[in-house]
Amino acid sequence: MTRDADILIVGGGLNGATLALALAQAGMTVTLIDAQPAGVQSRDDFDGRGYALALSSQRLLKAIGLWGGLAEHSQPILEIKVTDGRAGEGPSPFVLEFDHAEIEEGPMGYMLEDRFLRQALQARLPETPGLTVLPGETVTDHEVTDAGVSVTLASGKRLSAKLLVGCDGASSPTGARAGIKRTGWGYGQTALVCAVAHEHPHHGIAHQFFMPPGPLAILPLTGNRSSIVWTETEAEAQRIQAMDDAGYLEELRPRFGDFLGEISLAGARFTYPLFLSVADRFAAPRLALVGDAAHRVHPIAGQGLNAGLKDVAALAQVVVEARRRGEDFGRIDVLERYQRWRRFDTATLAVATDGFNRLFSNDNPLLRLARDLGLGAVNAMPGLRRSFIREAAGLTGDLPRLLQGRAI
Amino acid sequence: MQTSETTVDPAEIAKFEAMAAEWWDPNGKFKPLHMLNPCRLDYISSQIAAEFGRDLTAPMPFEGLRILDIGCGGGLLSEPMARLGATVVGADAAERNIPVARVHAEQSGLQIDYRHTTAEAMAEAGEQFDVVLNMEVVEHVSDPPAYLRACHDLLKSGGLMVCSTINRNPKSFMMAIVGAEFVMRWLPKGTHEWSKFITPDELFSLISRAGLDPVDRKGFVFNPVTWNWSLSDKDLSVNYVTASIRRG
Repeated sequence: MTRDADILIVGGGLNGATLALALAQAGMTVTLIDAQPAGVQSRDDFDGRGYALALSSQRLLKAIGLWGGLAEHSQPILEIKVTDGRAGEGPSPFVLEFDHAEIEEGPMGYMLEDRFLRQALQARLPETPGLTVLPGETVTDHEVTDAGVSVTLASGKRLSAKLLVGCDGASSPTGARAGIKRTGWGYGQTALVCAVAHEHPHHGIAHQFFMPPGPLAILPLTGNRSSIVWTETEAEAQRIQAMDDAGYLEELRPRFGDFLGEISLAGARFTYPLFLSVADRFAAPRLALVGDAAHRVHPIAGQGLNAGLKDVAALAQVVVEARRRGEDFGRIDVLERYQRWRRFDTATLAVATDGFNRLFSNDNPLLRLARDLGLGAVNAMPGLRRSFIREAAGLTGDLPRLLQGRAI
Repeated sequence: MQTSETTVDPAEIAKFEAMAAEWWDPNGKFKPLHMLNPCRLDYISSQIAAEFGRDLTAPMPFEGLRILDIGCGGGLLSEPMARLGATVVGADAAERNIPVARVHAEQSGLQIDYRHTTAEAMAEAGEQFDVVLNMEVVEHVSDPPAYLRACHDLLKSGGLMVCSTINRNPKSFMMAIVGAEFVMRWLPKGTHEWSKFITPDELFSLISRAGLDPVDRKGFVFNPVTWNWSLSDKDLSVNYVTASIRRG
């Protein structure tokens, strides 16, 4: 029986490309099917987001040999300040502060702009032995048999493998074709995303202001720049996005405050609608779902990419270990190990971020008082605060080896 | 190409395919074996790698090794060994298992020599192997000393035998017979006879008397919280596994 690859990955985004690299480096043959035509992902304006990479995610990038080229573009997050506020009123006196000095692992994470990570992945893919990229191709159908899986591409080409992995986003056509149902809802909120330059240095401090329409995050980038993730109701976000740059800044200034001095836009502006969507199963015979295809969560805690990279690390380890003991790594009993490893964690994250958002995106005075007291209380208890820091840094739970910075 | 298989009754083939599907269903009749299998394979592959200096991260680490799987059943150990590059003979005293294992190996695209025979008969015929897998068999044979002598004879000098079985103590009676057969219904009632269970010291002594050098023993321990098996240096109270070498 001839196969085109051990593993077919559908979707060449950050998770799909990282998984392809991790598997190929461990000796598997991988074909990455990317709907984007060649070169599109490497454009500077492809995606405007910045990611708060947890320490565990940074260790994964280090373990697969990408961090060396990314370090100079990354900004260590030394402190996180969480504040409750209303536009024009400034922050409430109850502030929750997380300082990296309280844990021994170093910075709590790193801010990295999408374009640097995406370009580093795109550059590494073609030079990795065992890895083939098919750009500008989409899957129209797939068929699972006892011994393998075959897919049909829009170009008419057919490919076969032992395992098919869907890294094809929150609507995952791969999961849908396998009959995997999803649970989720919209938040009626849209994130406005941009980078701003500011007068004063940010000292590596990330700020999260909880405003009634939704959270505003100010995340430190390299130099005197910060990434803004500014959540508003859908209608309000549309109104603001439609404004010219001057009008946009006029809206942002009272929310942002003046603690970093004068601000200006430092790049293009983007919007991302917010919704929760979790697949009922992350695995089926010969098929696994990774990243947003498995679970798209509210980005309130910046855990979307970090959760995706946890999937990548867990699936790569499960599959590579199975292969090394001679198992048929596409069998459901192997893939269920991945599902067991990731599902509990993901359900916790989905519930926690959803609950956080409902609690904080609200102007009810009683809830405001409750969360202000809550923030103050957490801040007053060093043990609890340390455990939040370790959770945000991705250092809790049964960690796959790649997330510890080790090879599989 | 004409082969002898074309003369086999298609209804028989369909029956074997159904039985193979049953053997290989991770949630079917052989669920306990499927659950234990990764842990067994980890032990077997690490022992082989250590004894023969093989790198498990290589694509075909067991290339050039001849491995015998005694009591191969549906091929749950034979197939992984073949996938790792070994030349595998799977032997089973139960005739019905052989075509079932063959059908599945063919579906998996693997070359495995499955035979309806016993360790004693193969030893008599002078067959020799680098590795003999003797997993969950010794508690079912009528004459363990004679059986282990046959295993010795089947090994080349420097060859490795991996042998697992079930300990004999009140806990193993509760876990392996009351628990697995009566409560969880993992195994058919009457699968095991407690008096045939062997303690690790008894097994080491039997292995030594068969002329092999026992070098390692580990427990297989089931964790009901994570619902999986792992290897233990200390807890050999129920399922356990040993490694022995033929010297000279």
